[in-house]
Parts: sequence; C-alpha cells; structure tokens
Amino acid sequence: MQAEEFTHRTQELDGWEIIVETYRLGETYFTTISSADAGARFARAEGASRDEAERAAIEKAAHWLDRTRRFPTTNE
Amino acid sequence: MPTVTASSDVLVSTDWASQHLTAATTRVVEVDVDTSAYDQGHVPGAIGWNWTTELCDTLVRDIIPADKFESLMSRSGIGNDTTVVLYGDNNNWFAAWAFWQMKIYGHRDVRIMNGGRKKWLAEGRPLDTQKPSPAAATYKAHAPDLSIRAFLPEVQEAVKSHSAALVDVRSPQEFTGEILAPSGLPETCQRGGHIPGAKSVPWGKACNEDGTFKSNADLEQLYGAVGVTPDTPVIAYCRIGERSSHTWFVLKHLLGYKDVKNYDGSWTEWGNLVGAPVEKP
Repeated sequence: MQAEEFTHRTQELDGWEIIVETYRLGETYFTTISSADAGARFARAEGASRDEAERAAIEKAAHWLDRTRRFPTTNE
Repeated sequence: MPTVTASSDVLVSTDWASQHLTAATTRVVEVDVDTSAYDQGHVPGAIGWNWTTELCDTLVRDIIPADKFESLMSRSGIGNDTTVVLYGDNNNWFAAWAFWQMKIYGHRDVRIMNGGRKKWLAEGRPLDTQKPSPAAATYKAHAPDLSIRAFLPEVQEAVKSHSAALVDVRSPQEFTGEILAPSGLPETCQRGGHIPGAKSVPWGKACNEDGTFKSNADLEQLYGAVGVTPDTPVIAYCRIGERSSHTWFVLKHLLGYKDVKNYDGSWTEWGNLVGAPVEKP
C-alpha cells in the first residue's frame, strides 16, 4: 500500500488561511485541514471520493474556526 | 528551495530511512499530533508512540518519568545502542518532542526523518498497517539532562535580567494575542500575548513547503535577524512545548548553538499565571 494522488493546497475559509491535504489509501480518500499560520492540524475526514473527503473535512474545519475568538491586540 | 543535506548525525532523508528499515540496529518510530494517523498506514516496520499517553506523565503535567521512559524503550525494542529514527505528521512536531525527551534521558543516537510523514506520503513510499511486536530490549536511562529544559523560574529570570533570548515560535496571531490558541484548537490559557521581550520566529519558518528543514545558511539568517547567534543562550517556547521542541532541534542540533532550552511549560503555563507580565502586541 502507498499514498496516491497526494495534493496540498492553501485556501481561505471564513477569513482564516488553511492548508488542505488529501491522499488516497486503497479505496479511501483522507483529508486533513491545518491552520496555515500555526501549522496545527484541526480537522480530518475520509470519504469514498476526494470531493467527499474534502467537503466533510472543510465542514468540520468551519465548525471549529467559528468557535475561534479574536481579541484586541493592544494593552488597553 | 535549498534544504539541509540530510546526512548529519541527527537528520536522515526519506531515502536513507527506506534503506535502513530492516536494519537490526535501527528502530523507526512514528509520533503524530493526530494519534490515529499511524493506524491508517505507517512506514513499514515502524512502531507508533502516542504522545498523549506515552510521552507525557498522565497524572502530573510533566514529561515522561525515567522509569516509564525505560519501559517505553524496552517494549519498543530499543536498547541504549539502538539508532532511533523518529518521524511524524505536522512537519515532525511530536517527533521533535520525542527527540527532545530522548536527549533528556541521554539516548545517544536518535535522528529525525527530514520531511516526516508528509514527505513519505507525498513520495508515494510504501505504507503498512501491521503493528510490529519487537522483542523487549534492556534499557537504562541516564540522569536527566536538564540543560536543555527551561522551567518557569529560569524564564522569569530571563525576563528580568535578559540572561537568555526568548524565542516565541507560535503563530503571529498567537504572539500578538489576537487568538489564544491555533485557530480551530481549544483555548487553554486565560490571557493572550507573549512573554515580555520575546521575539517572534514561528516554527514553520524553519521548514520548506515539503516539510524538510531549510538550509543551515537560511536558518542562521532567520534566527540571526532577531539577534539569536551561536553563543546566545536561548529559551524557545510555544503553547505546550512541542512546536518549541522543533525549534530547539533546529537551533541545538542542526545549527549547533551551544545553550538552547525548550520551555515546555510554554504559554499554557505563562498565560495562566496570576500576575505574570504579558506583552502585546
């Protein structure tokens, strides 16, 4: 077994830059989503097709990003 | 896209790893942020370590204690003379965390596979789902080398007396306090910002897009730009200590800087301390 059709791209999701990586192992596609800045993986999904895996992972990512609070960056 | 030559005594290429998978004196170990990744498929013959249960004390917030470290090595088939090759996801975040702990306990020959899991997958190299069951080995940990680990009092002293350069390796948004944790991850501190005087050098700046480390010349320039030079005492920190172990690896083992420590208490300690000074942005 080996990973096939490995892809890596950066895109914006709800104002956040994310990295989408997808590959196929056997009959299953695996997608992981990371934050571009921090490089931290925070969502993953699998599916029978690339579209299915990426759609599910991006949906989960959007859910988590929606919960990320932004704070003022001044000392006041 | 220049990269370091992956032939040093602490860094191996995916090619090198593929040629040494079955060597009796070598043990390949995968350590991931995503603890399910190993089960999807891993480098043939590699064993997997779970950082949440096997590379942390599960009761006290601390690294793994010496007796449990010895037990982990033993059941992993790792003896004191074994060459250990670590790799993992997220450009080797937790592989570096494991490397740092192995150095604390004095393991002589431990290396990181340049580019980690991502590069292995991208190159279409073979994967296996079988979990090896290595024969138990005898292992004796050395006394912990705390010259590579910073605790809170030392960091507080560094803030007061500028005795060490503080390098914050989190994302710029975490550094400024705009967010408390990497987007999408749970907030685990009460305040955002950074330790006063710290310089921001996000860990990822040390890597190329394929996950490999940049050339030594590029790395020297990256850290030199914030005043970190070979003779500068350095304390690296992030949120929980794994991203900063990646930067610690770069400074201490790729560049050979003399006095580099990982502050694994990191922002989840400092950002929760009552009365601790915080700087923004």
